[in-house]
Amino acid sequence: MVPFDRWASVMVIQAQNLSLTFETNDGPVDALKDVSLYIKKGDFVSFIGPSGCGKTTFLRCVAALETPTSGGLSVNGMSPDAARQARAYGYVFQAAGLYPWRTIAGNIRLPLEIMGFSRAEREERVDRVLELVELGGFGKKYPWQLSGGMQQRASIARALAFDADILLMDEPFGALDEIVRDRLNEELLGLWARTGKTIGFVTHSIPEAVYLSTRIVVMSPRPGRITDVIESTLPKERPLDIRDSREFIEIAHRVREGLRAGHGDVL
Amino acid sequence: MRSLLPVLTVLIALLAVWFAAVAPMNIRQSLDQAERAGNVVMPEGARVRSETSRFLLMFQNPNEILRGFNLDRPRLPTPVQVGQELWKTTGAMVLKGRAFSKRSLIFHGWITLQSTLFGFALGTSIGILGAVAIVYSRTAAMSLMPWAIISQTIPIVALAPMIIVLTGQLGIEERAVPKAVISAYLCFFPVLVGMVKGLSSPAREDLDLLRTYSASGIATFFKLRLPSSLPYLFTSLKVGIAAALVGTIVGELPTGAISGLGARILIGDQFGTPLAIWSALFAAAILAGALVTLLGLFQRYALRRIRGAA
Repeated sequence: MVPFDRWASVMVIQAQNLSLTFETNDGPVDALKDVSLYIKKGDFVSFIGPSGCGKTTFLRCVAALETPTSGGLSVNGMSPDAARQARAYGYVFQAAGLYPWRTIAGNIRLPLEIMGFSRAEREERVDRVLELVELGGFGKKYPWQLSGGMQQRASIARALAFDADILLMDEPFGALDEIVRDRLNEELLGLWARTGKTIGFVTHSIPEAVYLSTRIVVMSPRPGRITDVIESTLPKERPLDIRDSREFIEIAHRVREGLRAGHGDVL
Repeated sequence: MRSLLPVLTVLIALLAVWFAAVAPMNIRQSLDQAERAGNVVMPEGARVRSETSRFLLMFQNPNEILRGFNLDRPRLPTPVQVGQELWKTTGAMVLKGRAFSKRSLIFHGWITLQSTLFGFALGTSIGILGAVAIVYSRTAAMSLMPWAIISQTIPIVALAPMIIVLTGQLGIEERAVPKAVISAYLCFFPVLVGMVKGLSSPAREDLDLLRTYSASGIATFFKLRLPSSLPYLFTSLKVGIAAALVGTIVGELPTGAISGLGARILIGDQFGTPLAIWSALFAAAILAGALVTLLGLFQRYALRRIRGAA
């Protein structure tokens, strides 16, 4: 047994029998049912499953954007609300959501302004995260002057700007084409290796989940629940062609099996 | 400038219809005048003619048709006559150094403009503040919005005299005040509706993003809602200023008003001088066009400043 406080310092996100029921006009919908899960510091955890399986809802609960109906959830040992106040995480949405009236640098500065960083520190941080996502020199551009992939990198930079330990990403590359997506996946792994962040990543794509993650959480809908949790045996260093390796294909196969078990008619 | 050709085409078509309408509209007056001058007209006698079709009159008296384009007090003046009257009451007055005499439309336009701007400022402020209240408070949304809509269903012509009497009862001597109130009454609504739409235009994800920063309501307003609403604001300001001008003119119509474009229209009607009505009408249209154009230029400048060059 690991002593409790050591356990707590390693566990970044802990969910215990988490359930969330939405009241809709067609009656109650179980978005999440008895979800128990832990995420360790430095993990890269992907959530995969068909729409309606609760993967996004789970992430939103972690970010205190939704309130669970029952069960326990702690982030950095605090309630999700307290964790938000403590700036525990940065959130990246599917749409880059950059403000068209602000430059790229201005967009990245947004959370820093709201959180009250000093002017000098804001500039220093903006420059640093722009370099981190390889957008150095693009600070003065407006969002419409950038490609979709670059906009999404800027939105990741915005989530990194205030040094949260956790990065929550809700299908961040879902709207991008495959080539750009591959490139960004590779970059994201590099970024993760350099910064040591804990990442929660929602995706529809099996190859993306297998390529990125240290753990893959397979979910199924109605009610939203976890059907399988797969520990990846892939090395931390992952060139793109690892996707042709036997190991990769085996893991992908297991993910597919998990999806099929949860929802027979989808795949 | 690509829009110049279509705009000119429409303008020429309108002028053609106008010119064509002058002949039948004025034929009876032309024949009355011709008869008084001793010409032979068919049929004789104004009473008989008033029961004859205008087109038949034109057909029977083709030589008198042109007279209708040059009457002193025509039922329908020609565009040229209106242009001349406009020039006489504006440019020519300026040349004589009497731009602000009581017979000058510049003077009357200035009076109307003042009330319009005053009412516009008042109405815009009420509209924006109301929209903020409606977007931020469910109670305000449920209580204010229906009244705002009902307020616009009351004919302003019925309400205007009451506002004038009421401000008089309150001991407000200044004539500009009731006019500005009426003007604001018409102007606040488009601004309110536009700003409610504008302030609630941010997507759920945009608002969620700010929630993940634990942003305060004030920060959300100034960093997201207000900037997102600006395109809506400018559009509603353009509608609002036109409405404010209409409101002012309506406010000038009821008894008592002696200056302003609305008063000119009323006086023109009472004294049977259609030219005065038409020139005041055109002065109002030109004023409205100028105000909307001015706002449009300001919009382009402001949005360009805010968004780079997009």
